Amino acid sequence: MELARPYTAAFASRFLLMLQYRAAAFAGFLTQCWWGGIKVMVYAAFFRGATVTAPITLSQVITYTWLAQAFLALAPWGCDPDVALAVRNGSVGYDRLRPVDNYGLWYARAAGWMTSRAIPRAALMFLFAGVALPLAGLADWSWAPPPSVAQALLFAVSLPFVVTLSSAMVMLLNIAVVAILNDRGVNSLLSPLVIVFSGNLIPLTIFPDWMHVALFVQPFAGLVDIPFRIYTGNLTGGAAWAGIALQALWTIVIVALGRAWMARVMRRLAMQGG
Amino acid sequence: MTHIVVEELAKSYRVAERDPGVFGALKGLVRRRTRTIEALQGVSFTLERGELLGFIGPNGAGKSTTIKILSGILEPDAGRVEVDGLVPHADRIKHVARIGVVFGQRTQLWWDLPVVDGFELLRDIYRVDRAAYARTRDELVAMLRLERLLDQPVRQLSLGQRMRAEIAAALLHEPRILFLDEPTIGLDAPSKLAVREFVKRLNRERGVTVLLTTHDMHDIEALAERVIVIGHGRVLADGTFNALRARIAAEQGPDDTDDQLPIEQVIARFYHLHGATEA
Repeated sequence: MELARPYTAAFASRFLLMLQYRAAAFAGFLTQCWWGGIKVMVYAAFFRGATVTAPITLSQVITYTWLAQAFLALAPWGCDPDVALAVRNGSVGYDRLRPVDNYGLWYARAAGWMTSRAIPRAALMFLFAGVALPLAGLADWSWAPPPSVAQALLFAVSLPFVVTLSSAMVMLLNIAVVAILNDRGVNSLLSPLVIVFSGNLIPLTIFPDWMHVALFVQPFAGLVDIPFRIYTGNLTGGAAWAGIALQALWTIVIVALGRAWMARVMRRLAMQGG
Repeated sequence: MTHIVVEELAKSYRVAERDPGVFGALKGLVRRRTRTIEALQGVSFTLERGELLGFIGPNGAGKSTTIKILSGILEPDAGRVEVDGLVPHADRIKHVARIGVVFGQRTQLWWDLPVVDGFELLRDIYRVDRAAYARTRDELVAMLRLERLLDQPVRQLSLGQRMRAEIAAALLHEPRILFLDEPTIGLDAPSKLAVREFVKRLNRERGVTVLLTTHDMHDIEALAERVIVIGHGRVLADGTFNALRARIAAEQGPDDTDDQLPIEQVIARFYHLHGATEA
């Protein structure tokens, strides 16, 4: 407990601060509703015209889409803006003055930042797609509950790993920013990969069959495809557990990579000027 | 007891350079040019526990580099450095728990958080016992007159208010040594006096070892019994302020022993005599 105190405090402080940005959460929610609506309609047209049976049903895709929109903020879209700011104004040196593991502190902060942005957006999205749409008689288009208790429990295990994995990826971006002292290029580096390979654009199972294994084992699948296909009941039993194991494994690998890289970058870090 | 030992410390930086204009930019694409700057070339001194040492020198002389090495942020290229028996960059985590640092030109408090929230975050980051924290905080708040600032977000503070809060933030974990890098930069007269008064009390009453850098000679006159002048990465003088003044007078020759010379001029002459002014 005492050992974890700096890290939990950093998480909590960031979490509580970010929760206060209500307007941003609301704007994000509206955008995500809009895109979600468009995607759902495109899928409906796509499934109606399909000549072969898809490996995922339309109602599963619809729920998957709402989930992906709801938890959009959990993906590693860019570096932690606090780190970018600290690098620009030089206060990054102060982080080296804290008697803690620097990687751990930044990781906790990134995780707090991400979850606090995701929770209000996800709650609003659930009210819209999970409650309002069925009430309006649009149950076919809505965010449906998981098909079984087992899938719900598996999802409850998988979702936290989205945060651990995504934070590890954000840390790679943070360290890149420290190494090159600029955040703009770094932030556009990962996004295209995330959009395609996480399953944010389309569920990975819709890609051609021969690509399935490769797509399943690559690290980005654990951000969207694995947890949300578990929720919809498209990924079950041993395959679901394999997906969760991959999320955990990639978290460990990327954290290890990040730690090694950060140690190198910090040794070279020169706090300029002043 | 010796608190700091520094022997033959050396540190160089590489800075990127390019010729001006479009042609220079294009040339820079093909061939990068860097220049090595010798920030420190053999700095040595020792500091006793409870001493208050002032570091002066022109811009770019190596003062901040020395503080960054002493605080463990930078690794020296050569030489020995030991603070309280620890090598700062090697034993970073253990070392930084015992020191307090204020960089006058940076902020360590969280811009969007009220001052007291920032203090509490630091309390948890340093794993300070809650009762001890409450006591230290109340003392610091009283000494630095922070009562009315505690609930304000840091971004709303004036520079003088912020500097007082920064100094308190650096002392919440009761460090045995305090490094102040230009703590009075940009402050108005009352704020400067408040900072000086506080540093003096901290040193006299608590026995905290203080090492500060400044360009304000009045800081030095008011605070430091001992001054180190640093220029071009070397120690040019080390002694009491009066000894430094006498030495400058002697170097100027017998016809120019004007005791009434403003302190700034005295120092500027010294820098000039030793060719220490920045390129």
